[in-house]
Amino acid sequence: MGNSAHASNEFPVDFIAEQNSEEFKALKKSHRSFVFPVAIGFLVWYFAYVLLAAYAHDFMSIKVWDNINIGLILGLLQFVTTFGITTWYVTYANRKLDPQAAVIRQRLEAQIESANQPKEKEEV
Amino acid sequence: MSLSSTLHSVAPLAQSLSDQTKENSWINILIFVGFVAVTMIVVFRASRNNNTAADYYAAGRSFSGGQNGTAIAGDYLSAASFLGITGAIAVNGYDGFLYSIGFLVAWLVALLLVAELLRNTGKFTMADVLSFRLKQRPVRIAAATTTLVVCFFYLLAQMAGAGGLVSLLLGLDSSNKAGQNVVIAVVGVLMIVYVLIGGMKGTTWVQIIKAFLLIIGAGIMTIIVLAMHGFNLSTLMEAAVQTSIAEGGAGEALLNPGAQYGKAPLDFISLALALVLGTAALPHVLMRFYTVPTAKEARKSVVWAIWLIGGFYVFTLVLGYGAGALIGKEAILAAPGGVNAAAPLLAFVIGGPLLLGFISAVAFATILAVVAGLTITAAASFAHDIYSNVIVKGEPKPEMEVKVARRTVIVIGVVAIGGGILANGQNIAFLVALAFAVAASANLPTIVYSLFWKKFTTQGALWSMYGGLASAIILIAFSPVVSGSPKAMIPGADFAWFPLANPGIVSIPLAFFLGWLGTVLDKNTEDPRIQAEMDVRSLTGVGAEKASDH
Repeated sequence: MGNSAHASNEFPVDFIAEQNSEEFKALKKSHRSFVFPVAIGFLVWYFAYVLLAAYAHDFMSIKVWDNINIGLILGLLQFVTTFGITTWYVTYANRKLDPQAAVIRQRLEAQIESANQPKEKEEV
Repeated sequence: MSLSSTLHSVAPLAQSLSDQTKENSWINILIFVGFVAVTMIVVFRASRNNNTAADYYAAGRSFSGGQNGTAIAGDYLSAASFLGITGAIAVNGYDGFLYSIGFLVAWLVALLLVAELLRNTGKFTMADVLSFRLKQRPVRIAAATTTLVVCFFYLLAQMAGAGGLVSLLLGLDSSNKAGQNVVIAVVGVLMIVYVLIGGMKGTTWVQIIKAFLLIIGAGIMTIIVLAMHGFNLSTLMEAAVQTSIAEGGAGEALLNPGAQYGKAPLDFISLALALVLGTAALPHVLMRFYTVPTAKEARKSVVWAIWLIGGFYVFTLVLGYGAGALIGKEAILAAPGGVNAAAPLLAFVIGGPLLLGFISAVAFATILAVVAGLTITAAASFAHDIYSNVIVKGEPKPEMEVKVARRTVIVIGVVAIGGGILANGQNIAFLVALAFAVAASANLPTIVYSLFWKKFTTQGALWSMYGGLASAIILIAFSPVVSGSPKAMIPGADFAWFPLANPGIVSIPLAFFLGWLGTVLDKNTEDPRIQAEMDVRSLTGVGAEKASDH
């Protein structure tokens, strides 16, 4: 492979056509329509928490139950949402992303294989 | 548990611990030597198939998601996490907890935006992905530079921590610099041996074993602390407040935000930004994704890592308040090692010399495993990005690249020992936070742009990486951390004009802006075929590097 990580020359695949195919566009849409909103969502929630911890000390210090105050609850909720988003993404990726990606990958790999075989025979 | 007897004599505790560790330091040494012996055997066994670059840097891509996730936790839960966060909560209460939240939430950036796409398009290093569709030479040099700088900061933090730990654990006086320096050198030499012989496979096993021991050790301590307080977090927090009141400390305020960052909220926001955006840009974390066979396993790795790391940080919350309750701020700060002594002191109070020995050995193992991971990352970046792709222009003789990597390991080890001796005594958590800030500024914008922005160009990448790196380092150099404050690195001097301790709030947005500006002003465009290839490959895994068969 040498100089570069990519290998355009080795792949007899028209990646531009592939990029514009309906199948790939659908996969890309499935991916981005999940990861972008969720990423923005958890960053907004994280920074809302950070701003409260930085500026709203009185609010964060309100005791809800014994010594458990709003600050601790919101902090532990950050843990809960992190675990929740992780599980949510994995479920989504297994159900929606992996099958779509597998179809394209198998098609392209078959294409690469069939293009490589005659070449090997010629060399012999 | 002879707790009540130790409790009412809080102040002499540090002294008694210091005496105890002198008497029992052979236990600490024995347990640590045991860890080194076991891991050495594992490393030797793992080193049998270390011939190709894929074996040496990426462990033949043969680890499972669960194994790699555990290794990631072992790599990520550094001395800063264990000793630093426990100490910060014990001393500053709620504000110490804020660190762990940033460290954990950051993993969602890696999970959603980076891990799988990186695994599908790269080979060994971060630069593989950043230079995929841009001009190889300049982008690789830039990415290798930022990789080496981030690894250096992180390495310094770990080595500096090793010296401080030693005085506490082996009962050396904190003034015994020579003794500490010997131990820093021992850590450096051990690390060189691990990485030289074991490569990524050996390093990974060291990290897995260490993660296991650390989580078990912290878990046992958490259960004991909770059991002593009726398995009630509120009761535990009440006890911490009472101890604090008894010594005339912050009292109730321990439970509320503000003890550490109350007067500097902007500093805290800057830190929070660096923490949440830094993780997915740490080169040694990114490199771990190449040790699994597929993108799906990379995803599983992150999931494992998130659960293990998140669980561990919940433990540190209990341990921090536990140390606050059972030892108290004054005794912790008086102990050799200061804030970093909270966790080992707590181990001693609740479990005696044996638990202290175990936790001390685990803390050493932690430093060793993290340092090994950083070293192999830096060595791979130099050998693969600079040597193979720039110096010999992609035509390395077979075996030569790995040979260069091994030589680099020795050089880095020597630099780490020297730097560790110079940085001995600096605050670990703080140095690590700087590494996060540099990573988030120099690497993250280019990673995100090159994975998601079609029009991104070479000029944009170079402006963003060099601009982010330079701004982060310049702002640190002129911050109150380096000069102009009583706790500064150079105490006498004052050339600080940047008011914040962490540069993230300025340098990260600046690097994103420079990446955009460099791209829109670039007269050249990149090859759309390679952009298309990267796009298709990143999402589908076509042509991704396969696991090697052995």
